[in-house]
Amino acid sequence: MTGLSIHHTAARQSAWLLAPALVWMGVFFALPLLVVLLISVASRGTYGGVEWTFTLANYRDLADPLYLYIYARSFALALATTALCLCLGFPLAYYIAKAPARWQGIWLVLVLIPFWTNFLVRTYAWINVLRADGLLNVLLMALGIISEPIDILYSDLAVLIGLVYGYLPFMVLPLYAAIERLDDSLVDAARDLYASGWAVLTRVIVPLTKPGIVAGCLLVFIPSLGAYITPDLLGGARSMMIGTFIQHEYMVVRDWPLGSAASFVLMAMVVVGLWGYQRAGGERPL
Amino acid sequence: MNHPSVELRHVVKAHGTTVAVDRLSLEVRRGEFFSLLGPSGSGKTTTLRLVAGFEQPDQGEVLIDGRSMRDVPPNLRPVNLVFQHYALFPHLTVSGNVAFGLEMRGVARAEIRSRVGEALEMVHLAAHGDRLPAQLSGGEQQRVALARALVNRPSVVLLDEPLGALDQQLRQEMQGELKAIQEQVGLTFVCVTHHQEEALTMSDRVAVLHQGRVLQVGTPQEVYGAPASLFVANFIGVSNRVEGRVAAVDGARCHIEAPGLPVIHADARAGIEPGSRVSLIVRPERLHLSAQPALNGFDNSVPALVAKAVYNGHEMQYQLRVGDGLLWTARVPNAGSEQTRFRPGETVVVRWTSREGVVLTE
Repeated sequence: MTGLSIHHTAARQSAWLLAPALVWMGVFFALPLLVVLLISVASRGTYGGVEWTFTLANYRDLADPLYLYIYARSFALALATTALCLCLGFPLAYYIAKAPARWQGIWLVLVLIPFWTNFLVRTYAWINVLRADGLLNVLLMALGIISEPIDILYSDLAVLIGLVYGYLPFMVLPLYAAIERLDDSLVDAARDLYASGWAVLTRVIVPLTKPGIVAGCLLVFIPSLGAYITPDLLGGARSMMIGTFIQHEYMVVRDWPLGSAASFVLMAMVVVGLWGYQRAGGERPL
Repeated sequence: MNHPSVELRHVVKAHGTTVAVDRLSLEVRRGEFFSLLGPSGSGKTTTLRLVAGFEQPDQGEVLIDGRSMRDVPPNLRPVNLVFQHYALFPHLTVSGNVAFGLEMRGVARAEIRSRVGEALEMVHLAAHGDRLPAQLSGGEQQRVALARALVNRPSVVLLDEPLGALDQQLRQEMQGELKAIQEQVGLTFVCVTHHQEEALTMSDRVAVLHQGRVLQVGTPQEVYGAPASLFVANFIGVSNRVEGRVAAVDGARCHIEAPGLPVIHADARAGIEPGSRVSLIVRPERLHLSAQPALNGFDNSVPALVAKAVYNGHEMQYQLRVGDGLLWTARVPNAGSEQTRFRPGETVVVRWTSREGVVLTE
């Protein structure tokens, strides 16, 4: 009895501690989300307003091949970004995690330094690097690798470069945390038990750092899928992604209901993906 | 096939500016239980890692089965290491761990299953194949690590402080079991330990290492009973020591003068000459204590004062003041003799034969 009442009191106290966060999330997250949901099933007014007549037409409209293409492109770009970040980030994280302790801090700060500058400014900087008379082309031509400037800016490649650049730290940090915990003697043990370098990686290192790999991939994939600034600035008008599409619907076309529906489909894709991952892998919830 | 199992030839290995292994040469015979015994920093673990292939010698050569291991990576060496903290793969079951080496070498599935079963049988873990390492006790994990090495039937099984993480009782049990398993499989075992009792109990031969060099290689009886140096004498077991000068050598015996003591007689070793400074070592259990002033059968007798008498259950342990401020230890089994009944403050006569003293020049 006493134990139970203590338990109750503790639960009540922790509920009070939760209150500020709950209120915050309720007012600034759940409520706006509800509004977006309501708008997504409303109709577009003649002059761009919202008319409160219930319809599922917005969701039906999204099935248009044009929009499906945008979703597919975004998905492919986010996937490519994640894969590239993993391929670049894993060796980097491994190197940092196995470096002498005093160097680890220095490397990690270097990984994080880009965050000290505004993301928008850094993306503008990429425009200067990638444009026809930009740093990259000048360098490649000076080295004699190319004879005339190549068009990188305002292409999917530029978006990919921008996304990989922007989200690489989100891959490196969880990977670093996972690899840092990896016991070196397990790698030695695998080597001792006749494992080749590749087998050590696939049979020991990857399985044991899987939580970090999954966390890193999610942290890169989800924001890449809904990215706005990078495709908007580096992709130009031709390469629309979901993020730029939603912005376009809200601000340019002023079709709020369609934009809201697109937002919800994006969210549904992410939620279903996470749920499917947890079902398949039986991993603890992230 | 008369090559030694493992051979090290003048191996040098430095870590930065510290020389971990210094011109070390060793031969481990086929099928023997060989221990590398030394304090931490003596280079024994580095030596083991050189044999396993995790480190490459700066100079000299490591041979396994007569084959040079220069530039041979660990995964291509016919050795398996039992790691100090076992290094079991936490994401694999016990069976998965034991099967790992066989899978890597592409052994057929059916054969893997039967060999893993045999190996687990041998270490009494046949019922635990589906468990994860985290679900096992320390002793069980240790057995899995052993099975994981043995299942590959390597030329040499390397063991890095194999019992170091176990508690005292389990440790003693495992000493016997490890030796029994080694005899059963007939493989060469090379074991690193800082625990002298462990080395003496399990090994066919022991190499005592200090500062990257081999001080003595021999059977447990040889390194304990006839230590080649003061370091070996002090590192293995407790030694009573007295420094003195050789007064005379007659044939196989020498006579030593030490301050505050009657002349001591001991078997002479090669190189002992009149006038040389020597240390005499006598093991605590070799000392005979008595209150009687005259007794036959001993050619050394020295008066002593009992400083401390500790009852240990199976034995009495005495601290004795001898000669010029020396503190000696004597151990007498609790078998009811008068030797066990001395009290602090009493005077006794300490006796031993000339054969039991070891003369060292250092």
